Amino acid sequence: MEALIKVKRYNPEESEETYFQDYSINVAEDSTILDSLIKIREEQDGTLSLRCSCRASICGSCSMRVNGSAKLVCKTRVKEISPDGEFITIEPMGNFKVIKDLVTEMDSFWSKMKSVDPYVKTSFEPEAEHIASNESMTHLLGVMNCIMCGACVSECTAMEVDPTFTGPAALAKAYRFVADPRDEEANSRLGKLNENTGVWDCTRCLACVEVCPKDVAPMERIVKMRDLAIEEGYTNTSGYRHTESFNDSIKKHGRLDETRLALESTGLLNISGLIDLAKIGIKSLMRGKLPPILPHRPKDMKKVTSIAERLDNQGKEEE
Amino acid sequence: MSKHDLLIIGAGLAGLRAAVEGVRQGLNVAVITKVHPVRSHSNAAQGGINAALTDRGDDWRDHAFSTIKGSDYLADQDAVEVMCREAGDAIIELENMGVIFSRDDEGKLGTRAFGGQKKARTYFVGAITGSALLHVLYEQSVKYNLHIYEEWFVTKLIKEDGRIAGAIAFDIKTGQMEMISAKAVVLATGGAGRVFEPSTNALICTGDGLSLAMQAGVPLMDTEMIQYHPTTLAGNGILLSEAARGDGAYLINSEGERFMEKYAPEYMELASRDVVSRAEQTEIDEGRGVDGCVFLDLRHLGKKFIEDRLGYLQEVALEFRGIDLSEKPIPIKPGMHYIMGGIKTDLNGATNVPGLYAAGECANVSVHGANRLGANSLLDTIVFGRRSAIESVEYIKSVKDVEIDPKELSREKSRIQSILDRPKGMRSAELRDKMGSTMTKGIGVWRDTESIKYAIEGMKSIRGQLPNVYVENKGKVFNTDLTSYLELEFMVDVAESICQGANARFESRGAHFRTDVTTRNDKDWLKHTIVEYNGEELNTSSEDVTITDWEPTERVY
Repeated sequence: MEALIKVKRYNPEESEETYFQDYSINVAEDSTILDSLIKIREEQDGTLSLRCSCRASICGSCSMRVNGSAKLVCKTRVKEISPDGEFITIEPMGNFKVIKDLVTEMDSFWSKMKSVDPYVKTSFEPEAEHIASNESMTHLLGVMNCIMCGACVSECTAMEVDPTFTGPAALAKAYRFVADPRDEEANSRLGKLNENTGVWDCTRCLACVEVCPKDVAPMERIVKMRDLAIEEGYTNTSGYRHTESFNDSIKKHGRLDETRLALESTGLLNISGLIDLAKIGIKSLMRGKLPPILPHRPKDMKKVTSIAERLDNQGKEEE
Repeated sequence: MSKHDLLIIGAGLAGLRAAVEGVRQGLNVAVITKVHPVRSHSNAAQGGINAALTDRGDDWRDHAFSTIKGSDYLADQDAVEVMCREAGDAIIELENMGVIFSRDDEGKLGTRAFGGQKKARTYFVGAITGSALLHVLYEQSVKYNLHIYEEWFVTKLIKEDGRIAGAIAFDIKTGQMEMISAKAVVLATGGAGRVFEPSTNALICTGDGLSLAMQAGVPLMDTEMIQYHPTTLAGNGILLSEAARGDGAYLINSEGERFMEKYAPEYMELASRDVVSRAEQTEIDEGRGVDGCVFLDLRHLGKKFIEDRLGYLQEVALEFRGIDLSEKPIPIKPGMHYIMGGIKTDLNGATNVPGLYAAGECANVSVHGANRLGANSLLDTIVFGRRSAIESVEYIKSVKDVEIDPKELSREKSRIQSILDRPKGMRSAELRDKMGSTMTKGIGVWRDTESIKYAIEGMKSIRGQLPNVYVENKGKVFNTDLTSYLELEFMVDVAESICQGANARFESRGAHFRTDVTTRNDKDWLKHTIVEYNGEELNTSSEDVTITDWEPTERVY
């Protein structure tokens, strides 16, 4: 079978410009994209650089963009992406600097990983193992499945706007300790994760959940840590105020009161934040984009109230 | 030039465990690795790690006996005793570090059964035990703020006055070559599976440490002992863990028969790996296979059980074969998996070169002998990784800094440059493929005088063609064309030593099964084969096996 592959090339020793190069390679029917790239490197073009090792989706080396979205190429078959022999476009992961061709600079990834103190903290030194339920360990297995391939970070929309965001991979790692019954620092971890660049910076776009090759579901872990942080009393954040204001606004007006949401999320005592907000308000006003000062009321407010009540009750039952 | 007390080459489980110990002992430690630590091949160990926990009625001596019987009495029994005695503490320490081991109903560590042992003593994390351990040791490396040369490629060990003085390596990201001086070095570079094709091993498993040691005058031992794992996928050789059989899966032939009944009536699917692989190959050779495979059948275990305990196997089966293990048996065959042989060390990882140690798959302590039990490899890395670092402490205190001749670096630089300057010729992958098929054909599940001779001759020709290989990529940044060639040089060294070991051992023992001498010969061959490079050629010799309490008897499963 012929695989047609378009690779984004970059070689800093030659030029700062990137370019696309087309390859055509003969591979077996069930070949993966990694098989094809290796074959290209070994038979046609020794200058092509990529990372790969295990070929079995456990080492996390070979995450790259396939037709615009990050995948582990060792577990992605050519046929699946290109059933009728279409060109497949391979690029390095997004949100990373590129070293050469498909090889990305992972330093920022590892330093973020390190920033969440990624090791169990316990003062207790038992003579045998810690006693823990199998359920708690199996639950952690969901996050321990993370192979640190970087696919989630590649597609993270929050990180694209704000590279200082801790990001889905490191936050999923953080959850592994927050939820580990052996760790004694869950509270202080949550406090730290609640600060700027932490759990509230996620925009809940779901991209990380979608691209994760190991079903780690980073966003769900981030949302869970928000809940846990609130439970632990970490409520002095714009994220938490945003959530509360949103909730109140719907219950009271049946619609989002955007002006109030902005004010309350910023915090009514946060003077510098309010000044910044005022600047945005003025700009919006000039362009005719300022939301109405008083929100419209929906026709059937009763329905909205009953939905809100039902959701509240459901939340209580789950607890 | 950077200076360290202890330089560890390789950042898999053995390397990281050694490094953590070195830091705890107050040494200035650095780890150098050609891939980021979590990319290391320890990741791929799926099933678990063995230990006899005495506080729940298990006996390390029973574990030791199973290991020795599994080794077909080739393991040094004093080494096995050390490993099995220290296993319990090793597991508890790993748990305390944060490994999320599976639990029993009381919340204590839970076990699964594994091959070659009557008692279930394999501790595990789903079917990703190696990965779960590796990531926790990486966590510890962050906790201890370990100095890691990440993505650096070691090309040579440096000796001065007969003792180790450091290594020469280059940063793969920049091509910058440097001398790294160290009073002691631990080789923890893992296996050499890529010498064969196919293999379950990752592409990075190219025997670097075995070759580096050999070139530094360290003997390799029992290199002919190559483990063929009973359950690998045809074609790409990807592994399906023994955990499946440990948790109750069957092996069936084309007639739906559980054929292990004929070969190992007592242990059935959980006989030693060499025994199961030979049984499978016999079934296939005698026409009871399909397309060169027999089948691993998990259907009776049920979907939920498979997904909870063997999730990664299900993922591999679905992704690579489109098979749901709860619905269909999956075709498997014996595939090259592990090298029991390796760098000859004492019980503390020390080699014959002062200051040079080895641990993990690249080393041969020897605890696995002629056949390794499943779930003993992770244990080997943890126990002997730690011991080698501890052993280095006194040595490091006792020696002064050594002056390295600066010419060493310039000589190595020009050697690499001369490779890059070669005229257009053969690509390294072509020669590597030739080596892979030669070795698989010559040193397979079955071998005989003729096949071994075929491999020796084949390797001679491949060695001869090495200078014709050229490196197309002349750049400095992430030049994998160059590293692939250097890896091929390492592999050719290892392949030749494997052939020599196989040629020397004129008997059948464990994984080394000769169809022309099918029996074990304790009178002449209760011995290790030793292969040594004297600067010009390989010399072979032999050395007695250490027997403590377990006299060799017939091995029946």
